[in-house]
Amino acid sequence: MADNVKPRVKVPKSASAGEVITLKTLISHTMESGQRKNKAGEIIPRSIINRFTCDFNGQNVIDVTLEPAISTNPYFEFQSQVPEAGEFTFTWYDDDGSVYTETKAISVG
Amino acid sequence: ALALPLQAAAMVDDKIAAFTGGADVGEGGLTLTAPEIAENGNTVPVEVSAPGAVSILLLAAGNPNPDVCTFNFGPLAGAQAASTRIRLARTQEVVAVAKMADGSFVRAAQEVKVTIGGCGG
Repeated sequence: MADNVKPRVKVPKSASAGEVITLKTLISHTMESGQRKNKAGEIIPRSIINRFTCDFNGQNVIDVTLEPAISTNPYFEFQSQVPEAGEFTFTWYDDDGSVYTETKAISVG
Repeated sequence: ALALPLQAAAMVDDKIAAFTGGADVGEGGLTLTAPEIAENGNTVPVEVSAPGAVSILLLAAGNPNPDVCTFNFGPLAGAQAASTRIRLARTQEVVAVAKMADGSFVRAAQEVKVTIGGCGG
């Protein structure tokens, strides 16, 4: 089901300590809503990403619960504090049990 | 799957009650930004912002299932705000409800006119 799932995130390479930065994330995914029917009139089963989280050095930034009304290729833009240098971890949870993660380091200075 | 408007409104009220635990919902302090007219209901940009919120629930009152998403803000959130893209089946009201840090709730809503519906009927 989950073919060609590719996470993409946009994180600045560096920030000053305590700065608030904008993060943009997108993951390629069909987000099959469970509302559509195929040519034979049968409902195509739901298959979506149901949760997305972003953490920085183990502390949570945002935790999103997704429903089928989120568009294909779920996109999120939000803001995070950067108290020190470290690593952002982005995690997407698929209905089929797959978990996709992406990490991005950021330096302070 | 064409729900009557009254049923849809009742579903939204139920979803809000489940989120708030039946608490009173006020206004103000929550900004919901969505286009007035969306040509393509498959991908409608929506932004919510509520300084001091713990979480924000987003609902689409005219969809077969009004749930859209819930944003929960962690200790490192730089702002209690987020943008995403959502599906809207037809012209309808998009509703956001924010839970503030003091346990109070506020709501905001905006009508979005949809030219081509986004549930792939």
